Amino acid sequence: MSKPIRQSRYKYGAAPGRGAKPEYILRLFVSGLLENSVRAIKNINEICEKHLKDNYELEIIDIYQQPELAISEQIIVIPVLIIKHPLPERRLIGDLSDIEKVLQILNRN
Amino acid sequence: MAQRNNKSTKTTIKLKKVLTGIRGFDEITNGGLPKDRTTIISGNTGCGKTVMSMEFLAKGALEYGEPGVFLSFEETGDELIVNMESFGFDLENLIKKKKLYVEFLEIDKSQIIETGNYNLEGLFVRLENAIDKVGAKRVVLDSLDALFGGLDYEILREEIKRLFKWLKQKGITALVTSETGNKVIIRESIEQHVADCVILLDNRVINQTSSRRLRILKMRGSVHGNNEYPFIIDRDGMSVLPLTSELKNQSLSTHRITSGIKDLDVMLDGKGFFRGSSILVSGSAGTGKTSVAISLINETCKQKMRGLYCAFEESVSQITRNMLSIGLKIDPFINSGLLRFYSSRPSLENLELHLISIRKIIDEFKPEIIVLDPVTNLMSEGINSEVRLLLAHFVDFLKGRNITTLFTAAITLETIKSNPSDEGISAMMDAWILVRDIETNSERNRGINVLKSRGMNHSTQVREFVITDKGINLLPIYLSPEGVLTGSAKLEHTLHKDEKIELHKNKIKNEKGKIARKRELLQEKTDLLKSQLESEIDELNKAKAKYDLKEQKNESNKTEILNLRNRTKSSSEKSKGRNK
Repeated sequence: MSKPIRQSRYKYGAAPGRGAKPEYILRLFVSGLLENSVRAIKNINEICEKHLKDNYELEIIDIYQQPELAISEQIIVIPVLIIKHPLPERRLIGDLSDIEKVLQILNRN
Repeated sequence: MAQRNNKSTKTTIKLKKVLTGIRGFDEITNGGLPKDRTTIISGNTGCGKTVMSMEFLAKGALEYGEPGVFLSFEETGDELIVNMESFGFDLENLIKKKKLYVEFLEIDKSQIIETGNYNLEGLFVRLENAIDKVGAKRVVLDSLDALFGGLDYEILREEIKRLFKWLKQKGITALVTSETGNKVIIRESIEQHVADCVILLDNRVINQTSSRRLRILKMRGSVHGNNEYPFIIDRDGMSVLPLTSELKNQSLSTHRITSGIKDLDVMLDGKGFFRGSSILVSGSAGTGKTSVAISLINETCKQKMRGLYCAFEESVSQITRNMLSIGLKIDPFINSGLLRFYSSRPSLENLELHLISIRKIIDEFKPEIIVLDPVTNLMSEGINSEVRLLLAHFVDFLKGRNITTLFTAAITLETIKSNPSDEGISAMMDAWILVRDIETNSERNRGINVLKSRGMNHSTQVREFVITDKGINLLPIYLSPEGVLTGSAKLEHTLHKDEKIELHKNKIKNEKGKIARKRELLQEKTDLLKSQLESEIDELNKAKAKYDLKEQKNESNKTEILNLRNRTKSSSEKSKGRNK
């Protein structure tokens, strides 16, 4: 069931060392290459590139690879996007197909 | 996976079960929970779901070598450890030994926002991770309801189905708890279709006392009892009362056991009670039932038999003191551990609780004789069918262990008339000793009667019994023209009778004397008459003799004269002749 994939990937909108902290810190938890996870990855990439434009930090974590993180972050539902910054911490469950809603939550802050 | 069998051969694939280690539960399920399947425990708040599931894991680890995982959605690991301590579960130790793994899963419903399709893969990953940590064979999820808040029902239903299948494939026997009445529609669907086994727990309040009940709603692949079983939760965890309707085939002993009252033994075919039988001693208040019970216990303790005395009315010290006054010293037996007391006021606790507690003592102490004094106190509303079932089952259980039982009860023949279900208790017993009041002349005395004693030729007499400072004595029955007499009436009558006898004796003496005197008199008279008669006879004889003599003389005179005449005649003739 668990297929090894690449390690968690980072994507910085801003070049490292720029100084200013990105406005959005996001963590997406996925489960290998299952359907929902693939879709979620695709969707978040789209959202970040289109709407967050260099102002974000995205970490994609595969719970098969790093189950301890699943425990520490209390992951039950997959996929889930955790908005670490700006506060308050919000969780969005699902494959992020409802882009409107995602943007709504992101823009609210 | 099970192999496909040829249609021609009939094979019975028996559903394997896993022992839970919960007292009484394995009996009512004939072996425990279905192996590799998921069981749902459903019940209202505080009914014992968490305790039951934790005991399932703890006993599994301690007694059956099966490590377990407890995934809690409700309490944190630390909270659980603290809470479960009061039920006798040392979870910390188990966790340390890697026999148990506890994890807390937090679902914060307020933070959940759905943005598309999802599943519970996170739960699966964590569960697998946890199972691998200890090599678990048993898993508990407490509770399912936590998942239902905020998540889509359709997805949940599918995921739960998937979860149960997944657990089965992994060879895990799982317990899942849920609250009754919550999200009923979904629940019904899951309970009906997805779960293999559903158990209902209930914690109801009847007459201010809480009563716990367990019921097996369904168990696929197994015949199970459908009734409700009472259970308790105490510092040893959960204990179920395994009521069965079958009459166990018990091997009965023919040994006898003395009642401690010599004359009562005589009434019981001369030998006493059967060992392992059930005895009821009943009578109205103050008739001496406890004294009879203690006489028996005293005797059995003397013979070094372990005894358990369950006192529901008086305290231990009260009983000991009261028994001293009739010459029965039971203190030394208590001190030596031969006699144990279970003493409790049953007012706010129910019968099941007591029976389960007593069973536990029996398992540990193994007494050969047990007294329940009085058993009627345990039945707050009088005997109804449920209570009767409990009692009957308890009596069966004791019989199965060959324990002699004595129950005392405030039942008399009069109370049975007004409360016919009282008779139900007496029907269960092998022997029924009735202590009666005999009231005459505004005085009450006690009589004892063996109303029934199965399997022996018992006396049907009602004997008066008195409680002296040397124990209980039975007096022989006293019959008078007015009927049976006891107590002072008897005494009076006895005295009266004695008096009468004395008088009678005297009378007889007198009569005898009279007769003697009469006889004497008569004798005298007869003597007198006799002597008179004799004298008369004498006289007559004399007279006769005289007469005879006279006659004789006359005769002789006559003959003389005749002779003389003849001589003369002849001489004259001679002379005449000469004269010619």
